[in-house]
Amino acid sequence: MNTKETLNDSILNDLKKRANTIRKDIIEMIYSAKSGHPGGSLSSADIVTALYFHIMNHNPKDPFWAGRDRFILSKGHACPSLYAALAESGYFDVSELKNLRKPKCLLQGHPCTMTPGIEISTGSLGQGLSIATGIALGLRLDGSSSKVFALLGDGELQSGQIWEAMMAAPNFKLGNLTAIIDRNNLQIDGPTEKVMPLEPLKSKIESFNWQVYEIDGHNIREIIQTINRGFKITDKPKMIIAHTVKGKGVSFMENNVSFHGKSPNDEEYRIAMKELEANS
Amino acid sequence: MTGFGVPRDAYGEILSELGETRKDIVVLDADLSSSTKTSSFGKKFPDRFFNVGIAEQNMIGIAAGLSTTGKTVFASSFAMFAVGRVYDQIRQSIAYSKMNVKIVATHAGITVGEDGVSHQMIEDISLMCALPNMKVIVPADTFETKKTIREVSQEKGPTYVRLGRSKVPNVFNSEDEIKIGKASTLVDGGDITLISSGIMVSKSLEAAQMLKKEGISAEVINLSTLKPIDRQGIIKSAKKTGCVVTAEEHNIYIGMGALVSSILSEEYPVPILRCGIKDTFAQSGDYELLMQIYNLTSDEICKLSKNAIAMKR
Repeated sequence: MNTKETLNDSILNDLKKRANTIRKDIIEMIYSAKSGHPGGSLSSADIVTALYFHIMNHNPKDPFWAGRDRFILSKGHACPSLYAALAESGYFDVSELKNLRKPKCLLQGHPCTMTPGIEISTGSLGQGLSIATGIALGLRLDGSSSKVFALLGDGELQSGQIWEAMMAAPNFKLGNLTAIIDRNNLQIDGPTEKVMPLEPLKSKIESFNWQVYEIDGHNIREIIQTINRGFKITDKPKMIIAHTVKGKGVSFMENNVSFHGKSPNDEEYRIAMKELEANS
Repeated sequence: MTGFGVPRDAYGEILSELGETRKDIVVLDADLSSSTKTSSFGKKFPDRFFNVGIAEQNMIGIAAGLSTTGKTVFASSFAMFAVGRVYDQIRQSIAYSKMNVKIVATHAGITVGEDGVSHQMIEDISLMCALPNMKVIVPADTFETKKTIREVSQEKGPTYVRLGRSKVPNVFNSEDEIKIGKASTLVDGGDITLISSGIMVSKSLEAAQMLKKEGISAEVINLSTLKPIDRQGIIKSAKKTGCVVTAEEHNIYIGMGALVSSILSEEYPVPILRCGIKDTFAQSGDYELLMQIYNLTSDEICKLSKNAIAMKR
């Protein structure tokens, strides 16, 4: 799982294929569950792929391996994306995915610790950055070189706790923490900038003393290069604003807020899979 | 029962003592460390003490994160903020994932006195007992506070410990005689069982003395561990005496008395009367005076005891 080679075209192509597989898994899972959140799962698929299949040190055969990097999905409703990455990495069998959101299944509606590879439960928004801050503090106390990653939704930035953590992490000089915002611009009730504007986001976060980058969240090369660039700054936390498209990869879900938390019907499922197959 | 002590002082002392050998202990506070007494740990072990400022939600999240790295985390503030402000964070980030976080709240109940309702937390027991995986302990004095902190520091999992602001009479003479987790009998009796926790334990002991002068033999039980609750201990005493009075410095609506009532109604119904704050917000004032106004007194426990005895069939 630990591919640390230079990022050449062949590796990049593999990662793009991975991301497409993750997207197909997401659609399959949510269609099978008849509920779930496709929009934010699809928008985060390239970020999650870059982390799990290139950036992070982790061991699917030993989920609690002490040397692992940590990932916290603060936007817990995007868990189909994470579950797919865990399954495709080998934490559990890919066949588990079809049991999403069903009783006696490993894969709950929002992340929890019964799933191998999940560090902590999330789903009530706004809490993940604090958790990641705590993990980063703990690892530093241990003298560990492991890194901590948190994936945040843009909508959840409206939550006050996020800004409490925004204040704390730079104060604690947590150079081992990288947070990524899945900036897809949409939340359940509509565009973030209509519901409760976040902009100017970059300057806001910079004013809290983070190192901030702004990237295309579907460009895997850019995601990886930016995260690696951030590693060189060791005395402050990094925030990557990853511009994404909600529902990315399925034409009729793209920028369509109605697919925030809705499963595709039979016909939509068929079209979505056909589109994703064409990308394989 | 001799002398007085301040449980939150005892908390600060035991944390500093444990910190010497327990390098896994990390302490968090939210700008109240001089009042919660975590500051003594902070001075001694600055590397393992984090003041997060007035940001309790973040404190709970950081506590959860630290615990995933194998730390034993103590997080403190006033009960109003350590529980009331952050119920969702505790539920989501700590209780559900069984994180090894000990939330030790001080200034619970009406002992904050003059600060008034905004700071008087009388719902924390209800909130914390309602959470699956959460252990809930209300120590009666400084000895029990130290014993509680010592024991919970050795166990994995989420715990809520409730402490007040004020000095309280010593119920015990040493830590050795205390057993955490049990409904412990402090005084044997045959006519009525007085079950109490926290600062009401000493009031029940006083009440037992007063009842004795009237020829009534009261059994006094310290129920400091409210979750997991010692069902058998409660039932055993109820079978012996046939009636119960509970006493708590908490909203009576869903507190210790309600827990005891539900157990006995299921397994051994007997008359139960409850002393506590009767589903009302209190007010500012000297806390001893407030205890009188809201009938959290030994006199009230005596009165209820006689009524409960009269209700026996």
